[in-house]
Amino acid sequence: MIVGKQKPFEEIWDMVKGFKKVLVYGCNTCVAICHAGGGKEAEILASMLRIKASEEGVPMEIKHAGIERHCEPEYFEPLMEEVKTYDLVLSTACGVGVNFLSERIGDIPVYPGINTEFFGAVPQAGVFTELCAGCGNCILHLTGGICPVARCSKSLMNGPCGGTNKGKCEISPDVDCGWYLIVERMKKLGTLEKLYEIQPPRNWATSRDGGPRRVVLEHIKDLEEDTVKKES
Amino acid sequence: MKSGSNLEKVIASGKPAVTAELGPPMSADPHEVIKKANLLKGYCDAANITDCQTAVVRISSIAAAVLAMREGLEPVMQMTCRDRNRIAIQADLLGAAALGIKNCLCIAGDHQSFSAAGKLKGHPGAKNVYDVDSIQLVGILKKMRDESMQEGGDKLEVAPKFFVGAAFTPGGEPMDYRPHRLKKKVDAGADFIQTQGIYDVEMFKSQMEKVRNLGVHERTAILGGIIVPRTAMMLRYMDSSVAGVSVPKALIDRMMKAKDSAGDDKKQAKAAQEAEGIKIAVELIQQVLEIPGVKGVHIQAIEWESAMPEILKAAGLYPRPTFPDA
Repeated sequence: MIVGKQKPFEEIWDMVKGFKKVLVYGCNTCVAICHAGGGKEAEILASMLRIKASEEGVPMEIKHAGIERHCEPEYFEPLMEEVKTYDLVLSTACGVGVNFLSERIGDIPVYPGINTEFFGAVPQAGVFTELCAGCGNCILHLTGGICPVARCSKSLMNGPCGGTNKGKCEISPDVDCGWYLIVERMKKLGTLEKLYEIQPPRNWATSRDGGPRRVVLEHIKDLEEDTVKKES
Repeated sequence: MKSGSNLEKVIASGKPAVTAELGPPMSADPHEVIKKANLLKGYCDAANITDCQTAVVRISSIAAAVLAMREGLEPVMQMTCRDRNRIAIQADLLGAAALGIKNCLCIAGDHQSFSAAGKLKGHPGAKNVYDVDSIQLVGILKKMRDESMQEGGDKLEVAPKFFVGAAFTPGGEPMDYRPHRLKKKVDAGADFIQTQGIYDVEMFKSQMEKVRNLGVHERTAILGGIIVPRTAMMLRYMDSSVAGVSVPKALIDRMMKAKDSAGDDKKQAKAAQEAEGIKIAVELIQQVLEIPGVKGVHIQAIEWESAMPEILKAAGLYPRPTFPDA
């Protein structure tokens, strides 16, 4: 899932204080699971903003709402007319949601209420860890299911650098060395010899380095377009 | 000869090779490099010019290498993967070769968070690159040199002729994988290897045995790393905090004894520790050179280049071999 973290309140207040009518708009999928930007968090943030506005003597109407997903139009279309009555939408969806809504909402600004952090998992309640970098060229079959792109601080491809210290990364004793984990896992799987092979320089064009990415499923796209044509 | 560098010639001669280290300053003043180059000249076969070590901004390794070369000291230009993508790396390699640099050490480089680890502000918010890793970088240098070809496949009219080096941390975890990773570096084309500083000679011996079993020592020149200890505190710090370095208690105790022998006299304590540190370094050099498969030593007298003459003479490594100009 996409992991997010609410921005510092002062930063949010600085963004919104010049607006008269603000909608705090939550997304009930990924960012709700990480307690950053679901409908519930949007409601709490709206309350905090109302208190702050009142303390500062700033007249401001602040409402909140939450929908299932900010990344597919069908979820926010039913609310769009109402959303367009605000001066500002403070979205607590991930950055995808902020972008997606910005493209569809017309002249109303959409500001981010959270920082979108990474793709991660929830190893224990309240803890979220980055496990995938979305590089577009998966090699997890070669590395025991542990990603060196996401989990090595240097995204090294050919084993651990000299910075491994007691199984931890040189950047911090709190960060596991991704390659240490990979080597130990490959030993358990009996496939360590896979790590004796040299991995050549990667083609990073499948990653962000290749520019903004798009995946198109032609068969589904064509079907959808046909249906739209028939209906019209 | 692959590069014709002095280091390559010494290694080819079969005599133990000696490399040293020269850290460029955080300053545009060339005199620091010139001064250090003159201290090291004659006391090593080539000196590593670090590439913004600990991710701190300094005179670039390529520029400092040229400054050292002008003083008659052969440089081993270090090239990290942290700051440049393969385009910048290859452009710098072409430039370095055009300027006459003949040795290049390929390393990952310290993470940028290191730059703010001490008293410095550094640039911990810098974006790192790591387009390629150190093993891939070795391969790029080899491909450029031997196939006159860029990584992407375009031809080079004139190939850069580097003697290609890489690093080995014998005491790094996971220790049983390290010799295999070293083999990958040699498979990729590393002509010489410089190891992380060794204090635990028994550990290094055991790792070298694994290295020999893989036949790696016959395909590359392994230079054992010696970091000259200057104080007991430095040894303690390296033992506790430097990745892949462990210092036997006996060595720390020796330095402590030297320190304590001076009582409250701080000046004397410093001198006694330095004398003991040089003794320890000489012993380590001799022990490391006795290990089968070791072809030389990489001696780092960090910010203490003036110690090199005494160390080399005591270790029986002075004078350095010279070769008539071809």
